[in-house]
Amino acid sequence: MSPLHTQSPSHDTPGSNVAAGIAAEANAEQNRVSDPHSGDAGSAQTKPAKAPREGLNPLAKFAVGSVVPVALLALWWLVTESLEIFSPIQLPPPMDVYEAGVGLFESGLLAEHMSISLQRVLLGFAIGAGAGLALGSLLGLSKIADHLLHPTVGAFRAVPSLAWVPLLLLWVGIGEDSKVLLIAIGAFFPVFTSVHSALRHVDPQLVEAGRAFGFHGIRLLGTVQLPAVVPPVFSGLRLGLAQAWLFLVAAELLAAAEGLGFLLTESQNNGRTDRLLLAIVLLALLGKLTDALLGVIERKALVRWA
Amino acid sequence: MGSSAPTLDRDAAVFAEHSAPVAPSPLPAPTASPPSLTVDLVHVGRTFGERTVLRDVTLQIRPGEVIAVLGSSGCGKSTLLRQVGGLDTGHEGEILIGGEPVRRYDERTAVGFQEPRLLPWRSIRKNVALGLPRSLSKLEGRERVDELLQLVGLSDRAHLRPREISGGMAQRASLARALARRPGVLLLDEPFGALDALTRLKMQDLLLDVHAQTGTTVLLVTHDVDEALQLADRILLLGPAEPAQEPGGAPEGATISRLLTVPGRRPRARSSAEVTALREDLLSGLGVEAHSR
Repeated sequence: MSPLHTQSPSHDTPGSNVAAGIAAEANAEQNRVSDPHSGDAGSAQTKPAKAPREGLNPLAKFAVGSVVPVALLALWWLVTESLEIFSPIQLPPPMDVYEAGVGLFESGLLAEHMSISLQRVLLGFAIGAGAGLALGSLLGLSKIADHLLHPTVGAFRAVPSLAWVPLLLLWVGIGEDSKVLLIAIGAFFPVFTSVHSALRHVDPQLVEAGRAFGFHGIRLLGTVQLPAVVPPVFSGLRLGLAQAWLFLVAAELLAAAEGLGFLLTESQNNGRTDRLLLAIVLLALLGKLTDALLGVIERKALVRWA
Repeated sequence: MGSSAPTLDRDAAVFAEHSAPVAPSPLPAPTASPPSLTVDLVHVGRTFGERTVLRDVTLQIRPGEVIAVLGSSGCGKSTLLRQVGGLDTGHEGEILIGGEPVRRYDERTAVGFQEPRLLPWRSIRKNVALGLPRSLSKLEGRERVDELLQLVGLSDRAHLRPREISGGMAQRASLARALARRPGVLLLDEPFGALDALTRLKMQDLLLDVHAQTGTTVLLVTHDVDEALQLADRILLLGPAEPAQEPGGAPEGATISRLLTVPGRRPRARSSAEVTALREDLLSGLGVEAHSR
């Protein structure tokens, strides 16, 4: 695993090509819409191209997005190294954190912590999101399944997910399985809820039009219902991924011998505030990176289906 | 991306289209015109729970006839249409299409809804193709969609998504989709109701062209008296029954309160003396009296 901090300035670029494509499309649409001669007068359906943020080119967008992080970094440096308002135990200066990172990287521990955390999140998210998609589709499409299962699922959702921790430790043990399972529980509910409610609220007029033209059952699902829920499902997936990271830290804070959450507790116990901050920065970067990857897939899907 | 040239071409095409009234180019050769079917309504009624919406509607529609269904909002016009298309089951009485009882989502009929109801993620071409009958080969399907796009004047827009075209174009695409299965009976539920006045007039002309070329039976629900007078062979006015006919006041539910034959061949002048008299008659039937002077 390469040191992530060297990649950090470019963590947004995988999406930039797609973003450029979308921006170009939006511009083309804007031209068409603003043309006074374009078509019939009844243009109630044509919406003006939205989202002024898509109007910025990717480079400018990236520059604007970096303003606040850079300013925060400068402020951090100012109050520690320059003005010395905080002691290094309270808030170590940026260079200390960087050096802590280099030290950990050279000892090989950094890669170990990061890879095990990433593995737990991805595995837990895959299991939880998969289950959420499956159960959400079932309950969203079948009235009988909905009546039968929704009250139960709703009751389980009402349990704060961390409340499962003692039970998981008791039943599954303290190893990898219980952590992955806890993350899966965290990722499951946002995905389930978004799929379920999106399928319940697919425009009934479109569904009826589909039926009127001879579509039913699985063909109706593939032609009308599934494409219609692509945007909300992706919002649910991204929420689920954020939840997965949340529950990763919870799981690793409670019982772990490696991982970024473990790095947090260990650094706290040893008074290594520099490493503690490093773990937080790495969590932010990894979380943003995985979210950005999902965002790239989402944009591709939205161009196709929305 | 090099998209500026195609955009210019498109705009030029739009401009040309806009300056002439929506005049669909005639079909290359009217390929095997579809059989238009009769519709027989025998004492048709519909009750939702306790509430009777329709009652005792009896009417024979000849093949190829254009029938407009008029009535005030909420009087059951759309309900009647939905029964004929098999979108809603549970009617009383008998509905026969081409002499056979109506089936669920009857494939001998096709519906044009008030809203275009196009799938937003599909191109116009693929939306129109949605209406094709399953039995058609891919090639036949392509040819028929091409034909229909030409008929409704959307050939140069076929690759666009619904949100990229105007409401009038979307409604034309919806009409093309309904025609794709060559329906024996075309059911139109206030298809032009949401359009602006000018676009509506163009759409009416387009519908007359489509009818002239396909000869299909048309059942058109509308709340616009002038639209009915312009398009229909006969106008069916739905409303409450005359209280005098029934002991104990009018029963609940709308029925045929008038059935008028519109004189003159289409396209009709929009303001002849005969039509004016009929308009007054229909308006008074709808409870609007202020127009007679």
